[in-house]
Amino acid sequence: MVVFDRKSEPHTPSLLRELEEKARTIRRDSLIMTTEAGSGHPGGSLSCADLLSVLYFHHLRYDPANPAWEGRDRFILSKGHACPALYSALSLAGFFPREWLRTLRRLGSPLQGHPDSSSTPGVEASTGSLGQGLSIGCGMALAGRLDRREYRVYVLMGDGEMDEGQVWEAAMFASHQRLDNLVGIVDRNRIQLDGFTEEIVGLEPLAEKWRAFGWNVVEVDGHDLRQVAEALDGAEGVKGKPTVLLARTVKGKGVSFMENQVKYHGTPLTREELERALGELGG
Amino acid sequence: MRPSASMREAYGRTLVELGERHPEIVVLDADLSTSTQTFLFAKRFPERFFNVGVAEANLMGVAAGLASCGKLPFVSTFSVFATEKGLSQFKQSIAYPNLNVKVVVTHGGLSVGEDGASHFCLWDLAVMRSLPRTTVIVPADAVETEQAVRSLVRHRGPAFLRLPRAKTGLVYGEGYTYRGERLEFRIGGSVVLEEGEDATVLATGPMVVEALEASEALRKEGLRVGVVDVHTLKPLDERTVLEAASRTGFLVTAEDHSIFGGLGGAVAELLAERRPTPLKRVGVKDEFGKSGSWRELYEAYGLTSRHIQQAVREVRGMAR
Ligand SMILES: Cc1ncc(C[n+]2csc(CCOP(=O)(O)OP(=O)(O)O)c2C)c(N)n1
Repeated sequence: MVVFDRKSEPHTPSLLRELEEKARTIRRDSLIMTTEAGSGHPGGSLSCADLLSVLYFHHLRYDPANPAWEGRDRFILSKGHACPALYSALSLAGFFPREWLRTLRRLGSPLQGHPDSSSTPGVEASTGSLGQGLSIGCGMALAGRLDRREYRVYVLMGDGEMDEGQVWEAAMFASHQRLDNLVGIVDRNRIQLDGFTEEIVGLEPLAEKWRAFGWNVVEVDGHDLRQVAEALDGAEGVKGKPTVLLARTVKGKGVSFMENQVKYHGTPLTREELERALGELGG
Repeated sequence: MRPSASMREAYGRTLVELGERHPEIVVLDADLSTSTQTFLFAKRFPERFFNVGVAEANLMGVAAGLASCGKLPFVSTFSVFATEKGLSQFKQSIAYPNLNVKVVVTHGGLSVGEDGASHFCLWDLAVMRSLPRTTVIVPADAVETEQAVRSLVRHRGPAFLRLPRAKTGLVYGEGYTYRGERLEFRIGGSVVLEEGEDATVLATGPMVVEALEASEALRKEGLRVGVVDVHTLKPLDERTVLEAASRTGFLVTAEDHSIFGGLGGAVAELLAERRPTPLKRVGVKDEFGKSGSWRELYEAYGLTSRHIQQAVREVRGMAR
């Protein structure tokens, strides 16, 4: 059993460079996959690439050869439409061959248009209809506590997803149950499908909302790998309540013409745009 | 008068008993545990009981997470809340990933009574039956409920089991016997209670008792009417249904549910493709329902032995 377990490594410049490289690959993969597929969600995949890099290549413990290992940390992509980024991270982590990525959204592919735990190794929950991941995370965290296991549970949500009532049902429940083995992460890129979150249904003051629901709230720059890593480490020391990271991010991050553009939420790049984007991302 | 017993109580008792032997069982409820009777489990195993409050979406999701970590969640609330408020979560978080979650709902059908239409769910069977990977069970009485709940522990995958609110008549004897014969509950099976020659009533839930009474009454008119307890709507015991169609030539379905998509729907689909047979569906006819005692409602909406008798006469009048 080769367990990936690097969370105790210090955040040295060399580790951070490595995480930056992985994030770059996640971004490149996400753009290539969605352009090849002719559909999918590039913008929100790019905004969470750095978060996924820190999780999968530094913080989480897992065994890619044994995805069902009971002691693994659980990660749920509740904003399931960003699965190109998740699939990329899982392939880089060794859960399945890199060649699978090009089959995204094709008939017969193990990589469904939205994540499915029964189709893809390493995917912990089926998502796509927004709002459901945090509840599942609560169940996993409860099971971990019942079984006296050390694993931790992470749920990545979109900020538009905060509109869903179920998120707040789960938020209330998690703090009532004192689920300190549960961490929520909000990809606060301030854009949802139709436009800007604060114009559609304003979320602010979002930190105060989570605090009022009984959570430990940490605000970070979601593209600062060290800040994210430190916040995830710090959450482990918080007892008696769950922690949520409000990660300030930029939708489309890393490609100048995609950044902060509502358009690239659910529109893949054209071939020409892809070439330009890959040039900008480098690597 | 036949003795009656509460299926909800049978569920609550059986859960406690199963909880003793199965440490993997956890129970979740959404602020209705005193009605669904899961409070009995909560009292005995407080650490394995989770009340999520009035939050049915979260209810389903938490169960999904527990199941994905090896627990065996029994999830209870009223049918109307589980199926109407937790449907998206049941579909995506539980059924699609094929998780081992057992949703046991109470207050199915018009048996809810006085609470009225906001609390009726006359389409839960139609909805749940159409979901892939989902087993749908509707026991006929308290004895069968106990057997069905036990069988869920051996079964793997998502399941939906529906109970009424009312105390209804007993069909089976203690330990699951019928006329002294010991039966075995099998998911996907059914129980032929009366052999028939002239027609067969396929009934589910509390309508099984009504069907038995109808069969008895019709014997006085010289008709031999078979009765089958179709306790599993999905997978449907197709062989028994088709045999009844061949043997008796006329079928009636009876359920405390809309005539669309439940037992009547399932049987109609099967017959139309495999053995076209005259069929009458006894059930609620495209209505939301109103408040009243459950017996009054069964009268008003056509769910009694008398209505089944009438349906048998009518179906026999149809050309074969
Ligand atoms: C329940 C539900 N309603 C609607 C949608 C359609 N949809 C897909 S993505 C999206 C916007 C999500 O915005 P956000 O959570 O902020 O995601 P991000 O910007 O990080 O991509 C919507 C409305 C959905 N997937 N699920």
